[in-house]
Amino acid sequence: MPSTHDWINNPLGVVPSLNDVPLHYLKPNSLVKFRCLIQDMFDPEFYMGVYETVDPSTKAKVLRCGKYKDVTECGVDFNSRNTVTAERQTFYCVPIPGENPWVKDISSSCHSSRVVPSTSYVPSRQKRSYEEDDDMDDMDTHPTEQHGNGDCKRLETEAPSSQMTPASHLDLNFPLPGEKGPSCLVKVYEDWDSFKLNDTLEVYGILSVSPALSALADEKDASSSLLDPAECMETAEEQRVHSPPASLVPRLHMLYAKTLPHNNPLLPSAPLEDNSAFLSSTLSEMASVRAELLTYLTHVLLGDALAAEYLILHLISNVYTRRDVLPLGKFTLNLSGCPTVASYTERFYQIIQQLVPCSYYLGMSLQNMNQMRLVPKKDYVANRLVSGALQLARNTSLFLDETQLEQGQLDTTGVRNVTALGNLISWQKVDYDFNYHQMEFPCNINVLIASEGRSLLPSDCQIHLQPQVGPATMEEYLSSIHMHPQASSQLNKLRIYLSVARLLDYSISDEMTKSVEDDFVDMRKDDPQSISAEDLHRMLVVARLLSLSLGQTSLSRDSWLRAKHIEALRRSRMEQHKCVNGNEP
Amino acid sequence: MSSPTSTPGGRKRGRNANPSTPSSEGPTSPPSQRRRGQDSSTGDLMPMPTSPATDMLSPSAPQDTSLFSIQSNLFLPNEVDMSSPLMYGTPSSRVEGTPRSGVRGTPARQRPDLGSVRKAPQVDLQSDADGAVASEPNAGQKLVIWGTDVNVGTCKEKFQRFLQRFIDPTSNEDENAGLDLNEPLYMQKLEEISVVGDPVLNVNCRHIQSFDAELYRQLISYPQEVIPTFDMAVNELFFERFPDSILEYQIQVRPYNALKTRNMRSLNPEDIDQLITISGMVIRTSQLIPEMQEAFFQCQVCAFSTRVEVDRGRIAEPAVCRNCNTTHSLALVHNRSAFSDKQMIKIQESPEDMPAGQTPHTTIVYAHNDLVDKVQPGDRVNITGIYRAVPMRVNPRQSNVKSVYKTHIDAIHFRKTDERRLHGLDEEAEQKLFTEDRVQTLKELAAKPDVYERLSSALAPSIYEHEDIKKGILLQLFGGTRKDFSQTGRGSFRAEVNILLCGDPGTSKSQLLQYVYNLVPRGQYTSGKGSSAVGLTAYVMKDPETRQLVLQTGALVLSDNGICCIDEFDKMSDNTRSVLHEVMEQQTLSIAKAGIICQLNARTAVLAAANPVESQWNPKKTTIENIQLPHTLLSRFDLIFLMLDPQDEAYDRRLAHHLVSLYYQSEEQMEEEFLDMAVLRDYIAYARTYINPRLSEEASQALIEAYVDMRKIGSGRGMVSAYPRQLESLIRLAEAHAKVRFSEKVETIDVEEAKRLHREALKQSATDPRTGFVDISILTTGMSATARKRKEEVAQALKKLIQAKGKTPAMKYQQLLEDLRGQSETAITKELFDEALRALADEDYLTVTGKTVRLLA
Repeated sequence: MPSTHDWINNPLGVVPSLNDVPLHYLKPNSLVKFRCLIQDMFDPEFYMGVYETVDPSTKAKVLRCGKYKDVTECGVDFNSRNTVTAERQTFYCVPIPGENPWVKDISSSCHSSRVVPSTSYVPSRQKRSYEEDDDMDDMDTHPTEQHGNGDCKRLETEAPSSQMTPASHLDLNFPLPGEKGPSCLVKVYEDWDSFKLNDTLEVYGILSVSPALSALADEKDASSSLLDPAECMETAEEQRVHSPPASLVPRLHMLYAKTLPHNNPLLPSAPLEDNSAFLSSTLSEMASVRAELLTYLTHVLLGDALAAEYLILHLISNVYTRRDVLPLGKFTLNLSGCPTVASYTERFYQIIQQLVPCSYYLGMSLQNMNQMRLVPKKDYVANRLVSGALQLARNTSLFLDETQLEQGQLDTTGVRNVTALGNLISWQKVDYDFNYHQMEFPCNINVLIASEGRSLLPSDCQIHLQPQVGPATMEEYLSSIHMHPQASSQLNKLRIYLSVARLLDYSISDEMTKSVEDDFVDMRKDDPQSISAEDLHRMLVVARLLSLSLGQTSLSRDSWLRAKHIEALRRSRMEQHKCVNGNEP
Repeated sequence: MSSPTSTPGGRKRGRNANPSTPSSEGPTSPPSQRRRGQDSSTGDLMPMPTSPATDMLSPSAPQDTSLFSIQSNLFLPNEVDMSSPLMYGTPSSRVEGTPRSGVRGTPARQRPDLGSVRKAPQVDLQSDADGAVASEPNAGQKLVIWGTDVNVGTCKEKFQRFLQRFIDPTSNEDENAGLDLNEPLYMQKLEEISVVGDPVLNVNCRHIQSFDAELYRQLISYPQEVIPTFDMAVNELFFERFPDSILEYQIQVRPYNALKTRNMRSLNPEDIDQLITISGMVIRTSQLIPEMQEAFFQCQVCAFSTRVEVDRGRIAEPAVCRNCNTTHSLALVHNRSAFSDKQMIKIQESPEDMPAGQTPHTTIVYAHNDLVDKVQPGDRVNITGIYRAVPMRVNPRQSNVKSVYKTHIDAIHFRKTDERRLHGLDEEAEQKLFTEDRVQTLKELAAKPDVYERLSSALAPSIYEHEDIKKGILLQLFGGTRKDFSQTGRGSFRAEVNILLCGDPGTSKSQLLQYVYNLVPRGQYTSGKGSSAVGLTAYVMKDPETRQLVLQTGALVLSDNGICCIDEFDKMSDNTRSVLHEVMEQQTLSIAKAGIICQLNARTAVLAAANPVESQWNPKKTTIENIQLPHTLLSRFDLIFLMLDPQDEAYDRRLAHHLVSLYYQSEEQMEEEFLDMAVLRDYIAYARTYINPRLSEEASQALIEAYVDMRKIGSGRGMVSAYPRQLESLIRLAEAHAKVRFSEKVETIDVEEAKRLHREALKQSATDPRTGFVDISILTTGMSATARKRKEEVAQALKKLIQAKGKTPAMKYQQLLEDLRGQSETAITKELFDEALRALADEDYLTVTGKTVRLLA
């Protein structure tokens, strides 16, 4: 195994990433990293941890290690008593769903600029290329004379035999439609119970794309004999899913993995507490960046500053804990009164896309609701979890466009989808469909609903948009929104701001607790109808998010008053709107 | 099909309990693994006659070392010529030569569940060993089966002793029903076999363990060797006892309930080739697979025939005919080969066993012979079997192989865990095993005087106050005692407590429902808005695979023995709601659909939440008017609570404190204050399973008094304030409260609390807003007594008016209304007028057609 330890010569920072570098540029058996989401967990498998090989000519026995490998060396002695069976677990991992282009660009640019000269990408397996990536040209400008080694050559000669399944036939099971990128079978050797479904990880591991794997699979299809118990226990579908050709779904043998608290490449990857310099510099800028963001969002929201304020709170919200069934910290925003002209909601989403690392736009058209698969479902034939659009990484922004909804009938799937969305919003959980039963998976997704009237889905907070732009000039104004160019350094500031604000700790002092209680009692005394327990819940969340948005890690009197103030403004606007419409329940 | 193999590919013999084995795994990976595997018979047998002495072990020698000595001495390189059947005689000679001759006449049936070729060499080995012991002078040493520490003779003896002596007086398994518990259990079972003729003996491993721990250990570790020994032992014993009985084939022993492994997740390489029991759910079953057991070859030249046993899915085709010595002249004759049934079953972890946030594991199980088609997808089963790992086949064309094993379980015994539901009893008793410690903790908790308060405050701690509602729900979780009066024709009494919560939106009703749904094992959560009648009951659909009609059960049936939480009860369509009538009193569901007519059990407690029709609760209206539900349904709820804002300063302060602390206290702090959800869950499960309180004399008296009192309250004002249904509710609540205390007797304090709670609920929901009195008729007839009185008055006034008009057979509707309005001093609404007309119509005094009112007679 010659090339396995090449990385030792390189610092760990320049480990090539499967996310950015096309598979055929990576050397087999080299160290790579992969930023991914655990989409499915397969059954644990037993493998030969230690085995002995016999050289047919010399009869010499050699003890070998089977860890971090898919395929054994030649001449395995199955009867050796030195064989040790060990156990490992396989995760099916996909790139983080809904990852926005800017995240991809930034993380790949900070790699390839450094990586390309130092590492040798041998484009030897180019003809098996699956995806046509743009970076490819980029890579080709740095061809390397240094040709890998014998191993590579051997692979090349074997390559055609392994190319049997056309890419299009294989469903890579991405949660969101239209996603690209490699998916990976990650083999986990230790502590696999500590990983959970939908965790986002950065996996460092040994890439295994041995064509022998595919050849083995191929072989089995052809000569599937009834008598071998190993053959008939798997259906063809299962076979396809669990041992797809390595050229499409590479194997990654995990050496080390870390859970990503965020997916923002602009932030240092170490936890914030360990990086006080970064933290303090960001915190000091927080207020000014916030003002900037507010101006920008006000502009986007047609001059409505209050809505912009709430949008900021929404964008930094995060389920930080759960009390029995109650998720705390979620802040689903329903932005009602969205203009339906000039595809405003789509433009609006594009702007959000520029700000958050992961997001997804779900147009709630009847067709979508009746046809899309939102909830993941277990397919027992292929023995895998068929993904759905609600299988998202934590803190993904889900943009529900209700303005797309027209009159019509929801069928069974539609009702189920709407119920799933409702559950997601109210309890931050998705009930995955396991056919015979359902299983509840907690999630942490920021849901933003854009609608004309009040949304049919529940929400934590509804705000009616009050455009400061007249309907006549609306079209013109809307088309100018995008023309507002943001310098990328400026944008990056906003992106850092939103991610940091979400990661901050927060507390309420005893003193503030007391004062909040007093406030509540007073408000109730004046008019018991004016504020309910639910309202207090919301005010506490608003106060929390408001403090965090200002970079304050504990609740201050000012923030509390400000939270009360904007809540009052919002409520009065709701009242007003109710009077106008008269049809609000 | 038949490929001549000289190397058994699947052979793998790595026995290394040896600590010096280079182990590259981390600390979590399982220790090196003991592997005897699907070793070939000849490999085992070869040394036997030549070197029996190496096999002799002193039984006192420590097992490990002795095994090693054998191993090192006996390990043979794999160059044994397997193609020669002469190694252990012709197949036909095998059966006769065995010690089974005592049971001659009954054919032995192969046990593919134990590995296809294991049996014959096993027996041969035994006869050889016996002979060896007899002839060898050194009788002080004992023979063991190669690679194990099992001595066949001792093992057999021990098992026979077990069968003859084992008595389990405390047995409460349903399959032992009808047996005399003070007689040897398994001898009775053998007798049963002789009568019924079903040659299967199920043996509970726990019995073996309590009888002889060493035997149990051997059974678990070497099932492949020990079970055939058991088979021999039981057959000898059986035919000794019942020499005349005729069985289809010899008795097979099926051990179950091996305590080795309970959970699929904990299976690891150490379990390979051991007897394990795991629980899970069947998710897929394959078609029947005919598996060749014995291949029949015929020589094309001389028509000489020979049989070859299948070894790990391979047939060693004889290269030379033994009769005419022609090479490669033998052809396989399918029709005369022996096949056995086999089925692949996929099992998935039960959802209860799973850690949160992970997907369930699946395991493949092979069922053989009569175990085929014993289970269906969806069944919950406990499977006892041998865990196997099959290495990937070596392919001559491939130099390197995938280093992964395929694992499966060869099933020996299935036990459906939900089968008992058919018998109608709690199956939780079996599933939920409480450890001694846990029971102790629970009992300590129960002994505390304030256990009731403690538990109710532990319920949904994130929801503030509403103490009585939580207490009500707590009692609902425990439920009453199930009573059966079907003997006397009354049918069974409902034991479940139904609760309805109504109140303003945003008073955390849904949250309470979610909490309950998450707490109970058999909970279902539906929303009235999204559920249809079929979704609640059951529907018939065509299975896409089998094209058969199958009954899919809905929420109510699924929550049998649990709680069905129905949110937005008021939004439910009338049609849907009507199915609840049967469920909520009779606790059954009748279905007549697509030719399927049946009655399903739906012994579910209903916890429903309803919002007032006008979005805000109108205190000037009755409950019925506020939520607009039919009173027939309302009267089926034992407790109806209103969740309203109390609007009081002290309450507000406590509420605010509670909420704020929710947002800043850490998880640990919260947990200190409240009981753990898991404890609560266990407490409830334990009480539901083991505590069945009965009414004591005083309690019955107290109940009677309470009922009479309730009746009295109303009778003073000429109305009925309680019905027998209320008495039943009281009994249920009192029983539930006794369960909370872990008391087998319902006592006066239980009745007091039931009364109090019932009164509280009534006070909230059945107060007549017009008079301020509690009036049960609001809930039972949908109308308060005063309202009814008023209706009668109006009807009388109207009658008088009509009579005063003299002989006019027909009147205009509108005219009459105006006349009545003019006459009456109180406002007459149109509704009131209509009702009065209807009342008179009921008396056959008049009839209303369209806009005219005609007098009759």
